[in-house]
Amino acid sequence: METGFTHHQSAHCENGVASNLLKHNGLNISEPMVFGIGSGLFFVYLPFIKVNYAPAISYRPMPGQIFNKLAKRLGLKIKREKFSSTANAVKALDENLKNNIPSGLQVGVYNLTYFPDEYRFHFNAHNLVVYGKTATDYLISDPVMETVTTLTHDELNKVRFAKGAFAPRGQMYYPIRIPENVDLKGAIVKGIKNTCRDMLAPVPIIGVQGIRFVARKIRKWPIQHGTKKANHYLAQIVRMQEEIGTGGGGFRFIYAAFLQEAAVILADESLRELSLEMTAIGDLWRDFAVNASRVYKNRSTQEDVYNTLSDELLSIADKEEAFFKKLRDTIKKY
Amino acid sequence: MKKEQVPQDEGNLSKSNMKELIYATDEKGNYTTALSTGWEPKTIALTNSIEEINERVAAAKNQVKNGEVSPIVYFMEFHKMDPVILSSYVGMWKWRVKRHFRPKIFARLSDKILQKYADTFAISIEELKNFKAE
Repeated sequence: METGFTHHQSAHCENGVASNLLKHNGLNISEPMVFGIGSGLFFVYLPFIKVNYAPAISYRPMPGQIFNKLAKRLGLKIKREKFSSTANAVKALDENLKNNIPSGLQVGVYNLTYFPDEYRFHFNAHNLVVYGKTATDYLISDPVMETVTTLTHDELNKVRFAKGAFAPRGQMYYPIRIPENVDLKGAIVKGIKNTCRDMLAPVPIIGVQGIRFVARKIRKWPIQHGTKKANHYLAQIVRMQEEIGTGGGGFRFIYAAFLQEAAVILADESLRELSLEMTAIGDLWRDFAVNASRVYKNRSTQEDVYNTLSDELLSIADKEEAFFKKLRDTIKKY
Repeated sequence: MKKEQVPQDEGNLSKSNMKELIYATDEKGNYTTALSTGWEPKTIALTNSIEEINERVAAAKNQVKNGEVSPIVYFMEFHKMDPVILSSYVGMWKWRVKRHFRPKIFARLSDKILQKYADTFAISIEELKNFKAE
């Protein structure tokens, strides 16, 4: 069984699955467009939740939200199903493949055998598309991979029923209705407004405020926890920021690409200028990653380096605040 | 980031010939995509986490050897789990799982309970029971 699905590699899994599934269904939409309309740019710091024994930081919204928001804003209908038993989950997927419907799945990364060992952590918010089945394997289009791949039937069941935080519970999703004409302009405006609201939220752990919160914490980590733990925490920030499937610095570039596309569709030159500004902010995030990695590589024990990093992050927060205020004012007129 | 600045460092991905997609600007400032083999700061961050895990595994092994904890702890660390993740895999409360970390309690566990752990770690009950930390 095969559904004639075209695989396109993407920078982030959820955007990629959404974009690939929609392209398959005749709606040509790029990854940055999905990301922008679905308000994928986000920041939240959850010090009370520990991931790999370090406080959780997320540069993205809850799994599934990007696609859901995109669908709502474009008037698409997405069907989402979760399952309590493996047998039912297998049946539903096989049924879909029989009916020529490539299906998106939320999966855990730990048992994804085609990933390098170093990347296999208990992270349950990865997304991929299953587009066919053979006697032994499922045919997989994982958007962060260059080409399509396969998993055995058992392997796929394992990743669909991974346990822990955000357990996918076999979750499967696919578009069931796509309108002939979509209101791209309106959707773009809504997506941008949502992102501005999130990033400028008056909540201490979210958006620009959240970035500041982390920045202030970095200063205290070596005193509170000792340098070893502080370095471990720093490494975690960088991994969350730049690793496959999460993204932070990289997300700024996708968002800048989105603004560039949006500038053409809305015929608004000021969005193109803002795109340049976002690119510059993305570069700053990358500089931060470089400097942070130097600190934990050299196992530097001076307190001063943490202060420098903290200042660097605070200045990024200031720039993002100014940026999103400008973006909010630009988009107001629509 | 400009397209020619997209990092092509040796990394954990390049070992297995994987490349990741990055958005970057071309000479006219228009966005396009490029493939990257890896980036040093990421490799360092990941290596740091892996080392951290290896240290935890080694420490757990030592504790099993000294009879301080049951083999469950070793396999949990080996599979990069923590008590919360392990408890959701075996379908028991965290406090029960933690109780099973004690060698005395572990020695009295029924095969039914042991099977849950063995399945989670993809080993047999015998391998779990007779794990010798050497």
